[in-house]
Amino acid sequence: MAVRNAIFRLILVLFAAGACLAPGGGSASEGFEAALVLLTGKSAKKRMAGVEALAASGHPAAASMLSAMVDGKLYYRKEDGRLFVVAKRGREFDLFDPMSGEQAGSARSKALKKVKVNNRLRRAIRTALAGLNLTHPDRAKRLDAAAGLLKSADPGLRPLLAAAFDREADADVRAAMELALAAVDIGRDSPPSVRVAAAGRLGASEAPEARALLGRVVGDAQADPAVREAARAALEEIENRLELYRQFGAGFPGISLGSVLLLAAGGANAAPAVREAARAALEEIENRLELYRQFGAVFQGISLGSVLLLAAVGLAITFGVMGVINMAHGEMVMVGAYATFVVQELFRTFAPELFGLSLAVAVPVAFLAAAGLGAGLERSVIRWLYGRPLETLLATWGVSLVLRQAVRSIFGPTNREVGNPEWMSGAVELAGGVAITYNRIWIILFSLAVLAAVMAVIRYTTFGLEMRAVTQNRPMANAMGIRSRNVDCMTFALGSGVAGMAGVALSQIDNVSPNLGQAYIVDSFMVIVFGGVGNLWGVLVGAMSLGIVNKFIEPFSGAVLGKIVVLVALILFIQRRPQGLFAMRGRAAEL
Amino acid sequence: MKTMTNRIRGLAAAGLFAGAAMVSAAPAMAETIKVGILHSLSGTMAISETTLKDAMLMLIDDVNKAGGLLGKQVEPVVVDPASDWPLFAEKARELIEKEKVAVIFGCWTSVSRKSVLPVFEELNGLLFYPVQYEGEESSRNVFYTGAAPNQQAIPAVEYLMSEDGGAAERFALLGTDYVYPRTTNKILRAFLHSRGISDEDILEEYTPFGHSDWQTIVSKVRSFASEGKKTAIVSTINGDANVPFYKELANQGVMAEDLPVVAFSVGEEELAGIDTGPLVGHLAAWNYFMSVETPENEAFIEKWHAFIGDEDRVTNDPMEAHYIGFKMWAQAVKQAGTTDVDAVRQAMYGQTAKSLTGTTAVMNVNHHLSKPVLIGEVQDDGQFEIVWQTDGPVVGDAWSDYIPESARLTADWTYPWVCGNCEKPMF
Amino acid sequence: MGWLDLKGRIFLVALAVLAGGAVALNLSLPESSALHVPNYMVGLIGKYLCFALLALSVDLVWGFAGILSLGHGAFFALGGYAMGMHLMRQIGERGVYGHPVLPDFMVFLDWKELPWYWHGFDSAWFALPMCLAVPGALAFLFGWLTFRSRVTGVYLSIISQAMTFALMLAFFRNDMGFGGNNGLTDFKDLFGHDLKGAGMRAGLLLASAAALAGGYLLCRWMTVGKFGRVLVAVRDAEQRTRFLGYRPEHYKILVFTVSAMMAGAAGALYVPQVGIINPSEFSPANSIEIVIWVAVGGRGTLIGAALGAVLVNYAKTFLTGAAPEMWLFVLGGLFIAVTLFVPKGVLGEIASLRVRWQARRGSDG
Repeated sequence: MAVRNAIFRLILVLFAAGACLAPGGGSASEGFEAALVLLTGKSAKKRMAGVEALAASGHPAAASMLSAMVDGKLYYRKEDGRLFVVAKRGREFDLFDPMSGEQAGSARSKALKKVKVNNRLRRAIRTALAGLNLTHPDRAKRLDAAAGLLKSADPGLRPLLAAAFDREADADVRAAMELALAAVDIGRDSPPSVRVAAAGRLGASEAPEARALLGRVVGDAQADPAVREAARAALEEIENRLELYRQFGAGFPGISLGSVLLLAAGGANAAPAVREAARAALEEIENRLELYRQFGAVFQGISLGSVLLLAAVGLAITFGVMGVINMAHGEMVMVGAYATFVVQELFRTFAPELFGLSLAVAVPVAFLAAAGLGAGLERSVIRWLYGRPLETLLATWGVSLVLRQAVRSIFGPTNREVGNPEWMSGAVELAGGVAITYNRIWIILFSLAVLAAVMAVIRYTTFGLEMRAVTQNRPMANAMGIRSRNVDCMTFALGSGVAGMAGVALSQIDNVSPNLGQAYIVDSFMVIVFGGVGNLWGVLVGAMSLGIVNKFIEPFSGAVLGKIVVLVALILFIQRRPQGLFAMRGRAAEL
Repeated sequence: MKTMTNRIRGLAAAGLFAGAAMVSAAPAMAETIKVGILHSLSGTMAISETTLKDAMLMLIDDVNKAGGLLGKQVEPVVVDPASDWPLFAEKARELIEKEKVAVIFGCWTSVSRKSVLPVFEELNGLLFYPVQYEGEESSRNVFYTGAAPNQQAIPAVEYLMSEDGGAAERFALLGTDYVYPRTTNKILRAFLHSRGISDEDILEEYTPFGHSDWQTIVSKVRSFASEGKKTAIVSTINGDANVPFYKELANQGVMAEDLPVVAFSVGEEELAGIDTGPLVGHLAAWNYFMSVETPENEAFIEKWHAFIGDEDRVTNDPMEAHYIGFKMWAQAVKQAGTTDVDAVRQAMYGQTAKSLTGTTAVMNVNHHLSKPVLIGEVQDDGQFEIVWQTDGPVVGDAWSDYIPESARLTADWTYPWVCGNCEKPMF
Repeated sequence: MGWLDLKGRIFLVALAVLAGGAVALNLSLPESSALHVPNYMVGLIGKYLCFALLALSVDLVWGFAGILSLGHGAFFALGGYAMGMHLMRQIGERGVYGHPVLPDFMVFLDWKELPWYWHGFDSAWFALPMCLAVPGALAFLFGWLTFRSRVTGVYLSIISQAMTFALMLAFFRNDMGFGGNNGLTDFKDLFGHDLKGAGMRAGLLLASAAALAGGYLLCRWMTVGKFGRVLVAVRDAEQRTRFLGYRPEHYKILVFTVSAMMAGAAGALYVPQVGIINPSEFSPANSIEIVIWVAVGGRGTLIGAALGAVLVNYAKTFLTGAAPEMWLFVLGGLFIAVTLFVPKGVLGEIASLRVRWQARRGSDG
């Protein structure tokens, strides 16, 4: 294996050297033909050889074929084994010639077979593509290529990388390439002095790969017993010193440092200077990472809090303001999520190119669907039960059972697929595994926007005024000419509609299934009670503090125990403040 | 007016309860063989189990079209245990004692199986259990047609450690906190130790059912994976929690080439709820995938689509388990000439059936099947591409060899053993 | 016995006839007989009676003291777990791994010795009192904390829900030592008799009936007389009662604790009859359902609560078999209809119908 890899790399380097001078010589094209045959092979081994040969052939179409392959668009015809890049049109595939890129007719899916890719092949293709793209005119492609090589840290590609680095003018790309070079240099094949220098350079980086590479050097354990014994003795000395450092670092959780120590204890043959440099660099990174991690935990807490907030805002109206123990609240959220699904299906069928807009359309649709349902529910059931809040529990529980089963009958019991539009996918990468995902950011913003909108409606509109009047003193409001029955209906519809909008957001992170609502109902009630019934600011503060506390406990206690701790804390908190964080004063407090 | 509404109220109440309390004595259909279907159609497990109910109805329909069994029609009896575990026991008892069914196909979760087990043993019923499970059990009254841990978990991890699977040296074992993940991970830990992987290279994490906030755990695993060694995630995360888990993975940019996830509870049905584009390359280990290319499977899928009336519905491993189980049971009934439980049980041993993967499944004396193990990679269309499979069928192991207390136990229901958990034969 | 009215006597007689009749017809008649009560029916009736006792305990706190507990399932489950632990210890060496002391799941999780809280449960003399003591202690603690700081109304309901939810999550954890999600199962015998025997089944049914009767008498005794009147006063106007010099929190704590012990007893009787106890009994939805039984039967009527539990559970048994795809529509519709048209519950409605009928006859004559 190693030998073949070495040969492959050699070929690749030769190709790179001669690529600019004589593209596609006779031998290269022969290699290309052979590669194509290998690609249609049944075993992964053959296909691996095919990828290597393809990369080595230097054929101008190699790069595009490799990317088609990794995207799962490279097929071959069963009858003659000819390769095509395909574009799917239902069960019909359009075929494109991989060499010329021209359309070569179409075929039924059954007549074709996909060139299968597994993870190992994917890695090989990525490395090969990175090698091919190092001198690509597009800056972004070169950056990607450098990042790819940092991941694979393949010593075979070093000359290629060094040449590209020398020619590179763009500062960012140069930095990325330099890092990739360091990643190669710290490898086992380099002399100790080079490895020490590389460790220093990697120490300046925040890429997770840099940390991984350093960790690997520290933990290397292949040496003869005498060397190991000496290294172990030296290590003990270091460890004693490290223990001192650890004592110094009060407040620093010490977990990360501990992991460094563990790795160091397993270390062996690498020269002490290399290890020392690697260790120092690693520690430097760790210190910085700890900060990022704290920030990450706060972010995750806020993000969990925003989910709780979304789930609870609607309930804050139906339960908090109107006093209806609305067990069907979760189902309103579910209705919103299914509305999203329906909207997305329509987009998929009629306007797939506008799919990115589907969520924007889904928000009002979900609001109207849930609000309509809420209004109907109020007119038919809830209105007979005002003044008997506990009985609303019974009726709305019945409604919740019916709605769940209805959705199960209409949409089927299985999960429905709701897609993340482009602009909601992906993440901002902070150093060291702390990723801030776009969909979470959007959900935080969305939840705050929903809360602000609800507050604005209550504070600044006529309806909001009437609503406040009715909840505060119904007979007086009636006397002032407010039709309190209508206001009740609208209020309940508003609460339900807001729950429906929450469903749009939750469909992005959770299952869209008939059980969706049940997962949030208990939490929503907790948030409201914690924040204080009938107070929207309380909901905000309640949701955010529950979310953040949960996320700070979770790493130490595990997810289950973390949740239990939060619940018990909540019970104890209510003893101290029996009306929640923001207690209502006066008559309204007697719910 | 007031008395009017009161009267209406009274009438409504009376009608309501009369209706609810009315007991319908369904006329007993003469000369049918009753088959009980005990899958949740509501509650948390409906999401997985409803499909199995439909699959069973289709299989029974098939047999009936072909003339039935022993000259009689087969009559399905469907009940809804509503994901309520004690209700499973109640319904099992009702099916066996009241409906007098010949056999029951059902259950999904371990706890539902544990709940009905005493009922089946007391009344000498027969249960076909179609889901991959933790093993450590062999009841005289249950045939386990899903995978035992050695038919799923161990081959999958072996694959991850192989050159093709990415040569992983470090493992994050993520699971929902219940008996299946606990057992599987215990077996895996012992197995990994036997392959020279130390405890510091194994991360074990459990989450509650329906866990939806995976930010912390995914971050933790990413940092665990960035400490030097090649890492893989082994997921025994259950049902509902999978969608948010995979969504979080995708959003945090975890690529399968760098950090592959192999899952034992994620099949085509679970993926149907996710946009699989960002998940391409993650793995699952099963005994069947919908993408298997055999004439049997093509025919099965076609029939399924026709039966359910929806071209987009997928098939999955537990469905195949029911397919094999029902086929074997029908053959055993024919062979025994009766639906009597004891006679059918005897006829089940050594029973073979062509599975949908084109291999021959065999029912062993420990009540577990021999089946091949397949590893598939997620594709962007929600299907799996088979990247590896065992050379032949693997014998399902009731008692794991990697757990000291269970390694000494044997399950063999034929003479002279006649026992599900013995160290020496009974006779 | 002046406090036991005619309705109560009819209820007790009916209960005795039902339980005694079912057992007699089950044991004495051959299976072929048309009047034979099948075994599964005996088990079912036993289960319903346990639920009836549970509903009674909720009615005691909700109907008479105005405490809407959405966490009563927790007390039921704790009683069940205490019983389950005793049954587990009774298995002894007959577990699959043959360990003399440790239950199977502990052997499996590599536990070397019994956790401290499992000690003593091998003896029925310890375990049976614990079935009442554990839920009672938790209820006392919960009541001590909440009632004294005057947590009332929905706040109380929601934190009682938080309590059962937290317990559910805790019991789901395998590290707790209660068998995790699978709970406790695979029981063999009780008091040295096989759980699967016909005699045992009949005995458990009779015990459940006796417990229900006892529970009813206790509730009835507590709710008539001065104590009962104070309770109702607390329910209707807690502040005023306090100003009159009573200490409502003491009454509430007492009645809540008694009620939790009744629920615990129901759980303890339930477990040997269904053969499994697991954390899903703690789920908030279960506790809500109990409240619904009471509402269907009639809040504050005691007998109605018991009747409601039987009625709703019978409907569930019947409908999940007869209409597996539609039953949730029917059950959900039933709940909505009851609140709209029978707001006082079945028994409450009958009582008020009678009052109206008498009033009309009075005015006619």
